[in-house]
Amino acid sequence: MLQIRNLHKTFNAGSINEKVVFDGLDLDVEKGQFITIIGSNGAGKSTLLNVISGLIQSDYGTIKLDGVDISTMPEYKRSRNIGRVFQDPSAGVAPNMTILENMSMAYNKGNPFNLTWGISRKNISYFKDLLAEVNLGLENKLYNKVGILSGGQRQALSLIMAVMSKPKLLLLDEHTAALDPKTSETINEITGKIVSEFNMTTLMVTHNMNHAIKMGNRLFMMDQGKIILDVQGEQKKNLTVNKLLSHFESLNSNSSLSDRVLFA
Amino acid sequence: MEILQTVMEQGLIYGILAVGVYITYRILNLADLSVDGTFPLGAAVTAAWLVSKGGNPIVACLLALIAGGLAGLVTGLLHVGLKINSLLSGILVMMGLYSVNIRVMDNSANVPLNSANIIFPRYGKSEIRILIVLAFALLVKLGIDLFLKTKRGFILRAVGDNEQLVTSLAVNKNSVKVLGLVIANALVALSGSIFAQSQGYSDAGMGTGMVVTGLAAVIIGETILKISTMIWGKLSFIKATTAVFLGAVLYQGAIALAMRIGMVQSDLKLVTAIIVALALSLNGVSFKKLNLKSLVGGDNSASNKKSA
Repeated sequence: MLQIRNLHKTFNAGSINEKVVFDGLDLDVEKGQFITIIGSNGAGKSTLLNVISGLIQSDYGTIKLDGVDISTMPEYKRSRNIGRVFQDPSAGVAPNMTILENMSMAYNKGNPFNLTWGISRKNISYFKDLLAEVNLGLENKLYNKVGILSGGQRQALSLIMAVMSKPKLLLLDEHTAALDPKTSETINEITGKIVSEFNMTTLMVTHNMNHAIKMGNRLFMMDQGKIILDVQGEQKKNLTVNKLLSHFESLNSNSSLSDRVLFA
Repeated sequence: MEILQTVMEQGLIYGILAVGVYITYRILNLADLSVDGTFPLGAAVTAAWLVSKGGNPIVACLLALIAGGLAGLVTGLLHVGLKINSLLSGILVMMGLYSVNIRVMDNSANVPLNSANIIFPRYGKSEIRILIVLAFALLVKLGIDLFLKTKRGFILRAVGDNEQLVTSLAVNKNSVKVLGLVIANALVALSGSIFAQSQGYSDAGMGTGMVVTGLAAVIIGETILKISTMIWGKLSFIKATTAVFLGAVLYQGAIALAMRIGMVQSDLKLVTAIIVALALSLNGVSFKKLNLKSLVGGDNSASNKKSA
């Protein structure tokens, strides 16, 4: 489904701020997998999603989606097969347009945006059904501008908009991190529901270990541009926060040890 | 009465220009200064077609529309293709067009349309002139209103609202921006063409300050819309384009008034600049916030209560 080979990415190459993020990363994702990704800051989680989506171009290596090499495609062309929800609830919607207008555009993704009417009456009941499923009362606000919605409502709408054209891959980049804890739980529930309903192959970056364990059927832990832990199936089900934490700590002790050695 | 008619006629002509400015400034969220060059471009093309070719005046309007669209295309390509700042792209096109316009008018800076065939009747009632301008204004208003309801129109609105969304929708945002600049400058040049035919001449210098004139109309129109919404609630039948035309006519009214009280033509640019500067600085302030409480420190006492 998604195949990454020998991925290289360095920021500010050749300067004093040079940062090597990926140095030959390999990755295989099977169709229907829902992968949660955790890792400390700077581990390369978001960069990984950005390189896949095309927001950032990789330096070297191939990215194949369903057998098609997308590594040099511009972001907007990759978007045809990739849905995305960002951390910022405003990034996935047009705030000055109505919910109906936003959904109509999302539903038309992959088709030409031509001079036919932007809103098609026959789709409205389908849109309402989709909105009703997330249970936030959005189905009664079709004609309201998205700008008046709360962060959680926008994120729910962004999720629906990201999957309604049935892309091959869904990328979620800490999409609940900017929300309060309660709303964050709600959006996670909605995420699980939508991913399973649309049978989305999904990569979800999160800072919340509980979510990473509870959600999805595969888990990556990343550190310094490498996937240092990859669990799935039974192993994933038996995972606990403590087990993950001990993994994290073993890493940290290693790095602080190496630091100490360095400065000794 | 005669003044009112002049105000109406010129206001509606400038209204077409203002709709163009509305598209770039409000919908695309770009400040496009090429307008100062495409307005006289429309006039120059019209003069060349009518005077030296003796052509049909409606065709002159269409030629102006096309010429303006091409100029907008250049601005757009400079901006998204060569990655030149949008403000600078507009300035470059505006400057370049000054030379182009004089070339188009056969190396003269001013061409009178005295004997040419124009869209207005040479003699007869001035009401007819207003009706002709009104017909153009309505055509532009309805055309843009309809366009903004199409899928392409939706994407145009979305690109000014949230570029990332347009990319996520698998659409090249750059081509959408170029399209917006083409439409906007086509309208501006059409406005220039009608203006030249209404005034009876085309002048290479007639574009100076046109962006600001358009902006003034847009802002006045929006302010009226805001106030009327506050008084009567949301009037969904008044579209932004209607408000822009209303703003353009009112702006011309204000100019006529200023002339009445003794200002000369050359003072008006300064007056306009000051009005627009004031209006822009106030634009972010919502009217509800302008209450007395904030002036007497009511907000402070309120927050004190909260912390207590």
